[in-house]
Amino acid sequence: MNKAKRILTYVLISSLVFSGMAQAAPTALISTEQAAAALQAAPRSEAHARLQATLDRADLAAMLQARGVSVDEMRARVDALTDAEAQQMLTQIDQAPAGSGDVLGVVFTIFIILLVTDILGLTKVFPFTRSVR
Amino acid sequence: MIARLACAIAALGLSGCAAVFTPPQTATLQATPPADLPARAERVETPFFPQTRDHCGPAALATALADIGLPANPDTLADAVFLPSRGGSLQLEMVGGARRQGAVATRLPRELEALLREVAAGHPVVVLQNLGLDWLPRWHYAVVVGYDLAARELVLRSGTTQRETLALRTFEYTWARGGRWAITVLPPDQLPATAVETDALEAAVGFERAAPPARAALAYRTLLARWPANLLAGIGLGNALHAAGDTAGAQAAFEAVALRHDSAVAWNNLARLRLDAGDRAGARAAADRAVQRADAAEPTWRDAARATQAATNAH
Repeated sequence: MNKAKRILTYVLISSLVFSGMAQAAPTALISTEQAAAALQAAPRSEAHARLQATLDRADLAAMLQARGVSVDEMRARVDALTDAEAQQMLTQIDQAPAGSGDVLGVVFTIFIILLVTDILGLTKVFPFTRSVR
Repeated sequence: MIARLACAIAALGLSGCAAVFTPPQTATLQATPPADLPARAERVETPFFPQTRDHCGPAALATALADIGLPANPDTLADAVFLPSRGGSLQLEMVGGARRQGAVATRLPRELEALLREVAAGHPVVVLQNLGLDWLPRWHYAVVVGYDLAARELVLRSGTTQRETLALRTFEYTWARGGRWAITVLPPDQLPATAVETDALEAAVGFERAAPPARAALAYRTLLARWPANLLAGIGLGNALHAAGDTAGAQAAFEAVALRHDSAVAWNNLARLRLDAGDRAGARAAADRAVQRADAAEPTWRDAARATQAATNAH
């Protein structure tokens, strides 16, 4: 009885002590992608923040809505990008002539790519393809 | 020299104009075939999935997956990689589709010779071709399964043809117009013969997102076997083992990376794992190294390392 009580006490104490940590522990490790991003490109927050900022544009929101996609959906998909992919998309957007319709074109291409798949390993050359026969 | 330069420029920018010549990589291969490359090779046992409608992408992917004994049904794959509105499949869907089936899809160098070397090593190669012209594209995925340097031809599983033979130079034109895109689809315990370190790493990091952690760990181990000094593969191995529930293995992996590279990330993650395991002193020592290293050379991790240090000092 006494022993059982002591064990229970230990369990309760340790669960109290560790409750904060236990929640933090799984996310506390720095992920491989975060490490890769730090080595290769701008910090995650910056690349993602700039992509999210692109989505603030009213003309883009209208274009997406005309195609039946909510801006929130796009935001969720941008969040799902790896750091490298977000950086790659930023590069594409940066290379397009500023302030023209081309930016929309690029973003629309990105939208198509994002829409159809989990984003894994973007290739630049031909973003989409049609098969023959 | 100038002629060669002009040829290279033509191949890069104006492949249409280069049509009267033999394309550069084919020419090099025919003039001076590498001594260690067999004159011919063919992987006859690679299965064939005839393409239906526009489904060349799913059919090519199924061919590559079935070749390594993974489940491959073009109809099921079509749901995963086919985009009806475009009437085709995106390259990154092909890569992602392979990963979701449990295979590592690795981008190959943009060289014809790399394709031949993979085939010689027994690896079928999924390629993207533009069978039309630059201004009138007809995109097509196929799988290279053989070649014959003397006959100057490639063997492909392509469309509805089980054994298509294509002149090497014709293939190079169609392949160059498709951006020289080629991947191998291999189990995580194998690496392509020709892939460079960055492409192999990118493939493994992508695989970690989609695959069961234990398989991801295997992919990182395979990568480390060839490139033992790869920092990110070491960190990936630690993270994958941790996700798989192998705490001791994860600690060992991070410790190895930390000692070898003095990486702030590795020290930080090692400290977190030691803390989880109840080794407060060891955790503090590792966290101190993480902070030291972050301050000295990796400012990105300053906050994370300090947070870890604070956690080890708590209570």
